[in-house]
Amino acid sequence: METIKTDVAIVGAGGAGLRAAIAIAEARPDLKVALISKVYPMRSHTCAAEGGAAGVIKPDDSLELHFNDTVGGGDWLCDQDVVDYFVREAAKELTQLEHWGCPWSREPDGSVGVRPFGGMKIKRTWFAADKSGFHILHTLFQTTLKYPSIERFDEYFTTDLLVVDGRCQGVVAIEMSSGRIFQFQAKSVIVATGGAGRIFPFTTNGAVKTGDGSAMAYRAGIPLKDMEFVQYHPTGLPSTGILLTEGCRGEGGVLRNKDGYRYLQDYGMGPETPLGKPVLKTMELGPRDRLSQAFWHEQQKGNTIPTKFGDCVYLDMTHLGEKHIDERLPLVRDLSISYSGVDPVTEQVPIRPVVHYCMGGIHTNIEAETPMPGLYAVGECACGSLNGANRLGSNSLTELLVFGKKAAQNAMEFAGGGNKTNESAVSEQAEQAQKRITELFDKSGGGETISGLRKEMMDSLEKGAGIYRTEQTLKESCATISQLRKRYAGIELHDKSNVYNTDLFQALELRNMLDLAQTVAEGALARKESRGSHQRLDFVDRDDENFLKHTLAYHQGEETPRIEYLDVIITKSQPGVRDYSGGGK
Amino acid sequence: MSDLQLELEILRYDPEQDQEPRFQTYSVPCQEEWVVLDAINYVKDHIDSTLSYRWSCHMAVCGSCGMMIDGEPKLACKAFVRDYVNKTVRIEPLANFPIERDLVSVLDDFMNKLRRVKPYLIRKEEKPLSEGEYRQTPAELNKYKQYTLCINCLCCYAACPQYALIPEFIGPAALTMAHRYNQDSRDQGRAQREEETASHEGVWDCAFADACSLVCPKHVDPASALQQMKITSTVDWYLEHLGMGGKKS
Ligand SMILES: Cc1cc2nc3c(=O)[nH]c(=O)nc-3n(C[C@H](O)[C@H](O)[C@H](O)COP(=O)(O)OP(=O)(O)OC[C@H]3O[C@@H](n4cnc5c(N)ncnc54)[C@H](O)[C@@H]3O)c2cc1C
Ligand code: FES
Repeated sequence: METIKTDVAIVGAGGAGLRAAIAIAEARPDLKVALISKVYPMRSHTCAAEGGAAGVIKPDDSLELHFNDTVGGGDWLCDQDVVDYFVREAAKELTQLEHWGCPWSREPDGSVGVRPFGGMKIKRTWFAADKSGFHILHTLFQTTLKYPSIERFDEYFTTDLLVVDGRCQGVVAIEMSSGRIFQFQAKSVIVATGGAGRIFPFTTNGAVKTGDGSAMAYRAGIPLKDMEFVQYHPTGLPSTGILLTEGCRGEGGVLRNKDGYRYLQDYGMGPETPLGKPVLKTMELGPRDRLSQAFWHEQQKGNTIPTKFGDCVYLDMTHLGEKHIDERLPLVRDLSISYSGVDPVTEQVPIRPVVHYCMGGIHTNIEAETPMPGLYAVGECACGSLNGANRLGSNSLTELLVFGKKAAQNAMEFAGGGNKTNESAVSEQAEQAQKRITELFDKSGGGETISGLRKEMMDSLEKGAGIYRTEQTLKESCATISQLRKRYAGIELHDKSNVYNTDLFQALELRNMLDLAQTVAEGALARKESRGSHQRLDFVDRDDENFLKHTLAYHQGEETPRIEYLDVIITKSQPGVRDYSGGGK
Repeated sequence: MSDLQLELEILRYDPEQDQEPRFQTYSVPCQEEWVVLDAINYVKDHIDSTLSYRWSCHMAVCGSCGMMIDGEPKLACKAFVRDYVNKTVRIEPLANFPIERDLVSVLDDFMNKLRRVKPYLIRKEEKPLSEGEYRQTPAELNKYKQYTLCINCLCCYAACPQYALIPEFIGPAALTMAHRYNQDSRDQGRAQREEETASHEGVWDCAFADACSLVCPKHVDPASALQQMKITSTVDWYLEHLGMGGKKS
């Protein structure tokens, strides 16, 4: 096995991993950074983000308002020290991106423009038309090309963390083009592998979002936090799950049921606002969890429109005008026409809720530290508890930047701390990881297929752990996933090649997804309350007495995870009522 | 409940086993809304799990799935099966690149060229963050915005007759990225980039075939970027050689 020695290994080259790499290269050009990614950086799913990134810059806005929107939006499951730090650093990071060349959309005077977003009381979302994540990702990636200390390992698939003496000392990765297995010995490691929306069948998440890093950390003994909180975005295109950004509603788009009625007013988000005059934090600018739940109720009442790809409601933007749509929402128009055959300038677009974002992830704190020395996590794979029980749109792109930099600062400090790598023990562990990979090639006769197990997992989660959950549906999901984890032993690789063997990578991804799916279902079963994106029909109220707590799931081998709880950090905002009625109540 | 049947003739090549590429035919039941990528995923999931290809976003933004579809470079996630009914569709990796495996091309050449053109903002002096953003009017943004839209799918290299002839040619996407930064009102790095872009492997290799712009799935129009670059680098040459002051930085 080949060995690569580096100072800091970063797994993942999406927005979070790239931001961390630049922070290290700028502050400590003497430290070697190994940036490892299973896809070329610009393929990372940050590219798909459309709407924008939140940060306070306008005179009518304040850090306190951003704090309140985030904590209330997260249904008080946010750690408030983290939110506080985040809102203070947000605009600085977005300005930094501007200095690196990000083509933010502008006001006539040349200053950066902001747009309204769901759950935000003031316009504070910086945007680059409706391709914000794409521009952020390319700006960061291209900026990394300036720094010789960043060495990229593109298309290297990471399989394991190397943990010796209770400290993370590296990772194992497969060079995808050759099948060669490498051990990266590192003084510290940052995991930035993104979310895991692919555990569900209908999602805005790209094929790469299989939660690999979260699963690696979980198996290495680090708890996964709040995994039961999965965000549905209210406006996905029905056949593909392609997202139409919340920016559509920010710009004035409205939701209608089959009778043309703006149904959100029936679910505590009214009074109805005049067409073309959206009111912040009201009606269509309510938070995502509430909007997706309202859809479910309309569906129960028979007010949705049946289509070949499931029940839908309409997103109506026809009153916005062609010029405005082309300037602010060009991608939305292109996507709607291409993938649904509907031009939003003239027609209402059928949409339905779609799995979008994992609030949960690797347990981290305000320092982006995991409980394991030498290991940091950032981005959607991590749960630093900024987002609580429901992320507000446009907070996560900013989160990548703020905590990407933070993780980098701590990882480089740790790397400089004089810890010696225990080379023989690390190598021995890497050899074991290699053996597990080669054993996968030798298995035969089990009769299970990767695509078959994957589909059963997805369907089971959607059925049991979707927008609304009950004890019974969750118990069924838990049982199915437990079975699937056992049946995984029966899969067989048909591709025996060493070169770009996607059969192998999909097998490894499936194992990761099954581990995470189990934490989602088990966490949801154990949380007997409704909060944010986690809604139980059998426990309809929020229960602060028993569940103002984070769920921590610990890996227990073949068994179901051990669940523990951790108090939420509350500094100044006591749990209150989430009010999205525009003061109309 | 499939609406139509598609015959896919897919190029297969595993350097460990095959002397040279071969074709394998798969018959795929498709729904009419599907893109070619859906049909390829169907093959992978239900017929032959050994097929290798790249994809991720399924919404024409990550740039992974550029390939030759019926002889043309396209994104598999934006090529609709309904446009190929009742015929056999050939699927091959992007032309003009070495084949790594099946539909996966080797992209190292592009990645190296991209780095060479310095695709990042270059300033003589950085403004401190505390002074806020650089001002840029919507008109100034519009001057380069179109060129920021490149997703690096590399369909343009597969279409470019010059790249096919002269592998050293820096090529449409990388040169366009240089132009994008040159045109950005915040940037002062044009002179540095011209060391590469105005070189013999740079814009002067472009024969203005326009093939790049025709195939670009994001309407970036690399051909116009390269034309504009030729003009500016000619002007710079005259300014320098006729003693009319140095290059504009
Ligand atoms: C369609 C869509 C629209 C969105 N819009 C917005 C928005 O408008 N505003 C907002 O704030 N948020 C938005 N989000 C959320 C936000 O975009 C994501 O949460 C964020 O981009 C995640 O970034 P990341 O760096 O954590 O992960 P990614 O960008 O997903 O990157 C993960 C990286 O990890 C690597 N990786 C993964 N596994 C492995 C492995 N095994 N080995 C090696 N490398 C690996 C991948 O190669 C990749 O480089 C949106 C999300 C989606 C899906
Ligand atoms: S899969 Fe991303 S561009 Fe086609």
